Amino acid sequence: MEAFTTHTGTAVPLRESNVDTDQIIPAHWLKKVTRDGFEDGLFEAWRKNPEFVLNQPERAGATVLVAGPDFGTGSSREHAVWALQNYGFKTVISARFADIFRGNSQKGGLLTVVLPQETVERLWALTEADPTAEITVDLVDRQVRAGELVADFEIDDYTRWRLLEGLDDIGLTLRHEEDITSFEATRPTWLPRTQPVG
Amino acid sequence: MGRTLAEKVWDAHVVRRAEGEPDLLYIDLHLLHEVTSPQAFDGLRQAGRRVRRTDLTIATEDHNTPTLDVDKPIADPVSRAQIETLRKNAAEFGVRIHSLGDVEQGIVHVVGPQLGLTQPGMTVVCGDSHTATHGAFGALAFGIGTSQVEHVLATQTLPMAPFKTMAVTVEGDLPEGVGAKDLILAVIARIGTGGGQGYVIEYRGQAIRNLSMEGRMTVCNMSIEAGARAGMIAPDETTFAYLNGRPHAPQGADWDAAVAYWKGLATEADAVFDKEVVIDAAELSPFVTWGTNPGQGAPLGESVPDPVAIEDPVERAAARKAIAYMGLTAGQKLRDIAVDTVFVGSCTNGRIEDLREVAGIIKGRKVADGVRMLVVPGSVRVSLQAVSEGLDKVFTDFGAEWRYAGCSMCLGMNPDQLAPGERSASTSNRNFEGRQGKGGRTHLVSPQVAAATAVLGHLAAPADLSTAGV
Repeated sequence: MEAFTTHTGTAVPLRESNVDTDQIIPAHWLKKVTRDGFEDGLFEAWRKNPEFVLNQPERAGATVLVAGPDFGTGSSREHAVWALQNYGFKTVISARFADIFRGNSQKGGLLTVVLPQETVERLWALTEADPTAEITVDLVDRQVRAGELVADFEIDDYTRWRLLEGLDDIGLTLRHEEDITSFEATRPTWLPRTQPVG
Repeated sequence: MGRTLAEKVWDAHVVRRAEGEPDLLYIDLHLLHEVTSPQAFDGLRQAGRRVRRTDLTIATEDHNTPTLDVDKPIADPVSRAQIETLRKNAAEFGVRIHSLGDVEQGIVHVVGPQLGLTQPGMTVVCGDSHTATHGAFGALAFGIGTSQVEHVLATQTLPMAPFKTMAVTVEGDLPEGVGAKDLILAVIARIGTGGGQGYVIEYRGQAIRNLSMEGRMTVCNMSIEAGARAGMIAPDETTFAYLNGRPHAPQGADWDAAVAYWKGLATEADAVFDKEVVIDAAELSPFVTWGTNPGQGAPLGESVPDPVAIEDPVERAAARKAIAYMGLTAGQKLRDIAVDTVFVGSCTNGRIEDLREVAGIIKGRKVADGVRMLVVPGSVRVSLQAVSEGLDKVFTDFGAEWRYAGCSMCLGMNPDQLAPGERSASTSNRNFEGRQGKGGRTHLVSPQVAAATAVLGHLAAPADLSTAGV
C-alpha cells in the first residue's frame, strides 16, 4: 500500500448525501477480476449528465472529493475504493462514512476524513466559488486546511500509523502467527468444518 | 455489569488484544463468492501465501449466475470469466465450492444456514454486506471488503475496530399480515441509513422471538441498510430446532455440548446497550419504500412525502432528488403506484417460507395485465423444496416466471434487469438508483406485498385483494 502523509489538491464538491456504492461503481463493473481499470465506471450513471460536477472541465485533475453525509453506503465492494483511486482521488471528506466503505478505504490507502457537515459546507462553498482552490489533508497533524479554513479531524492512532507507513495488514497479523495457532488449539471440537481435514 | 450477546461472541474470539491496536478476531466461517474474491486470491498468489484454513472456508456462485439456461455455458463472457476464475482459485487453493448445477449452489447467505454451517456464537465473514443475515443465529457476522477477504484467507483472523451496541426491541405481537420485512423496513426508516453506523444491533422483544428463522434472517440481513456493522438475535429453541439434523450441525454429545454453550450466549439482564430503540409491534403495518435509499420508506397506507415538510436540509434535498428519479409526485398515494415488474427472491426474501407466503396469496389468481413477475429461489435446495410442495406450479399457473437460484434481479449482474424507467416491487434489499438495471425504479416490499402487487398491478397488501374482489 502507498503511504499517505499529506496531500494537497483541488477538489470536487459533491453535494449529495447517501452516495451509495452502486452509484460509485455500478454492479456490472464488478465482473472484472483486477484492481485497476475502474476509473470509467466511477459515478457512471451520473456522469451521463453533462451538468454533473465531475464532468466540468475545471474539475479535471481534482484529487480531493468532498461529499455529503453517509458516503459509501450499501455493498461491501472494495471496487468503490479502487474506482475512486483509479480516477485519481487520494482522499474523501464527508460528515459520515458507511463502516465497510471506510474500512476498505483504509486498507487501500484512500484517506477518508470525517469533518462536521458545517465544515463540509464551507469546503463546498470555497471550492465551488474557486475551482482552483486547493485543499490540504495532513494526516501527520490530523488537519484539513483550505484558504482560511483549518479543521482538525480524528483518526485512531493505529490506522494513522498504518497509513503513514503504508503497511500491509496481513504482514502485520502474521507477526502474531503463534497467537493464532494457540487460539486454534482452544476452539471447541464441535465447531463446523466445511471439509474433512486432510 | 453483564455483557451483551455481541460482546460475548466478540470476547470469545479475541486472538490478540494490545493497547492502542484493534483486537485481532478469529473467524470461524469464511464464505466466498465470485465477485469479491478474485483480487484476494491474486494477492495470495503474489505473496506466495496459502489459505490457512480451507476447512473453515466455502465458496458458491451466486451474483453473476444466470437464472435461465443454466445447463448451457454462461452467455456473458465477462460473467463467465469471473465464475471460471472462482473455480480455478478454489481448485488451486483447495477451497470447497458449490458451482452452478450443484445441488448445494445458491446465494451464499442462503447456503450457509441451510447447510448448518452458520451456528450460534460463531464469527462469520463474507465479502458481501448482507453477511449480517447470519446474525439471526446469534453469530457475529460481518460483511467485509476484498482486502479483508484476502486477510482472512491468509490468517483466518481480522483486526477489528471496537463496536458499540444497540438494542432494537420490538415489543408485542405483529398484526396480521405484517411480517419480518415490514418490521425491518420500519426500523430502517426510523433510525435512518446511517443510524446504525458503528453499532452491532441486537434485535429483541416478543415480536422478534416469535419470528421463524427465515424471518429472523430477513431482519438481520437488512441491518446493513441501517448502516450497522452487524445484526444479531439471541439463539433460542427456534434456532436449535432449525439447526438440529442439518448436515454440519453437531451431533450426539457434541450437540448437547453446543446447545449448552449456545444457551449461555444471551445478553445478561444487567447488560447495558450504548443505544436503545423501542418499537411497538402493534403500530406496524405493511411497509414499502418510495425513495432511492432503504430509509426512504413509509406504511403502504400513506403517501409519497412532500419534501417541503422535511426539516433537515440534507434529507429534504435527498427526498426531492429521489422522488424525481422515481418518477413520483409528492402526496401521491403509495397504493396508486403501478409497477411493471415484481421480483421475489434475494438473500433477504428468497427462502422457502417466503415462497410459501407468496404462493399462498397468489394461488388461484392471475398476474395483473402487463406485469412481469420473477420468482427466483435463494438456492437449489429451496427450489427443490418448492417443487416438492408444488409451489412452482402455483407460480407458473399465476403467470410468473419460475427461475433458477441466484442473486438475480436484486442487483442485476446477470441478465435479470429492469429496463430504463421500469418500476419494480421487489422483495430484495436495496432501492438505490439503477440497482436493478440502469434507470430502473425499485420499491422494496415484503413477500406478501409483492404477491398482492402482482395480482393488482399496483402496490398493495393481501388485505386489498378481498376489497378488490379478486
